[in-house]
Amino acid sequence: MLITCPYCGPRDLAEFTYQGDANRVRPDPASTDHEAWYDYVYQRANPVGDHKEYWQHSGGCRSHIVVVRNTMTHAVGSVGFAREHEERKSAARHKSGEKA
Amino acid sequence: MAEYSALSLLRNAFSGNRDWKPAWRKPDPKPAYDVIIVGGGGHGLSTAYYLAAEHGISNVAVIERGWLGQGNIGRNTTIVRSNYLLPESVRFYEHSMKLWENLSHELNYNVMFSQRGVLNLAHTPSQMDDYARRGNAMRLNGADAELLSREEVARKVPGLDVSASARFPIVGGLLQPRAGTARHDAVAWGFARGADRRGVDIIENCEVTGFLRDGDRITGVRTTRGEIRARKTAVAVAGMTGHVMKLAGIDKLPIESHVLQAFVSESLKPFVDTVVTFGSGHLYMSQSDKGGLVFGGDIDGYNTYAQRGNLPIVEDVMSEMVAMFPGLARVRLLRSWGGIMDMSMDGSPIITTGPLPGMYLNCGWCYGGFKATPASGWAFAYTIARDQPHAINAAYTLDRFKRGILIDEKGQGSTPRLH
Repeated sequence: MLITCPYCGPRDLAEFTYQGDANRVRPDPASTDHEAWYDYVYQRANPVGDHKEYWQHSGGCRSHIVVVRNTMTHAVGSVGFAREHEERKSAARHKSGEKA
Repeated sequence: MAEYSALSLLRNAFSGNRDWKPAWRKPDPKPAYDVIIVGGGGHGLSTAYYLAAEHGISNVAVIERGWLGQGNIGRNTTIVRSNYLLPESVRFYEHSMKLWENLSHELNYNVMFSQRGVLNLAHTPSQMDDYARRGNAMRLNGADAELLSREEVARKVPGLDVSASARFPIVGGLLQPRAGTARHDAVAWGFARGADRRGVDIIENCEVTGFLRDGDRITGVRTTRGEIRARKTAVAVAGMTGHVMKLAGIDKLPIESHVLQAFVSESLKPFVDTVVTFGSGHLYMSQSDKGGLVFGGDIDGYNTYAQRGNLPIVEDVMSEMVAMFPGLARVRLLRSWGGIMDMSMDGSPIITTGPLPGMYLNCGWCYGGFKATPASGWAFAYTIARDQPHAINAAYTLDRFKRGILIDEKGQGSTPRLH
């Protein structure tokens, strides 16, 4: 499996560390919403097919990235920076009216 | 029920082996059953067997999307053990061990259960302390355990590098003498035949494509071979749990699917007569009766449903093997394969009623499902028959994550790839 790092180009899987499902939404640290924390910490969609996930190029430039990868074929679709993904997620959360 | 005996062997030898009955029928699905079990792997088949044998419920269908035992029951490294730390785990796996000890007799099917022992190597004094603690916990919970010194380890496994100059010097080990291996395919076939002869329909090449519902209640399954109704629908599909439960509208579970690879080497003369595990990494190996070394290590560590892994783990596993047994450096690999593990958030399984009315769920086996096969089916059958868990699986609920009563053997928290 090769992952195309946005800085370094296509690199071997061995250079990357898996960081898990990127669809999870971390509640505000001050939140006491049990359901929201339970959902974030324990619940996973675990899909067959495209899966959006965090990786870190730990054996390279050390950037955190978000990869869309097919869980049946291991084909890597898109790769982007985790920060941009987080900003989009947080903007969507604010837009949907959730309390920060 | 003794279909296989010295006498039957002799009789069939004289008639050219033409009169053996197939071990299980190939029935067409009936429109309705008392219980449907989705998944014809080890756990599904053993559930069907114990439903019929222990609870008198034989109007049961086992629905399998491919052929019987195509999944993890035929993909594991055949190890059976109960060397756990936490009481909930030892209790369950020790019950399994006791079922294993009588399984060939119970099924009249030789599952080749070989109590050759499982030896966990320790490489540091603190690891020895940890093993002493685990051994004591095992003994307190009724299992067997012996702490071995470096010399005893060297006598037991002559090929090991026990020198002080080894990359990870061995200082001792924890042995569970009653642990060992079993022939995994025979376990599936034995349970299948036992269930079939008691009236269970095993329906292969029949994929579940949806669930039938009456309001919230699950009333059966939609399959590639038509609709099948049942009062109770049980799901035991291991790595495919996430996918199958989505068909029932359960979109999220405390489960991730990961691939675990396993390996077998070319045949060697008898070399090691026990199961050995490496303590400074993750590797477990034994030698099959055919002579091949059967071994595996860590999961690949990313979500996947593909029954094949990637090369970094292959390299990891091989280097650990050579660190333990330098003499194996030039042995050639014969085969490698992968199986999909239902990694739960605390490393322990789920055997429970629900999550929907009329439904029962058995999953979360991480990569320890094979040794649990008899007890998993035994406890799941009890749960299905009585609509409540047995004491040995009472802790394996689905809501334990929400309620904060996890059974986390390794203390890794909610990172499934680390369990």
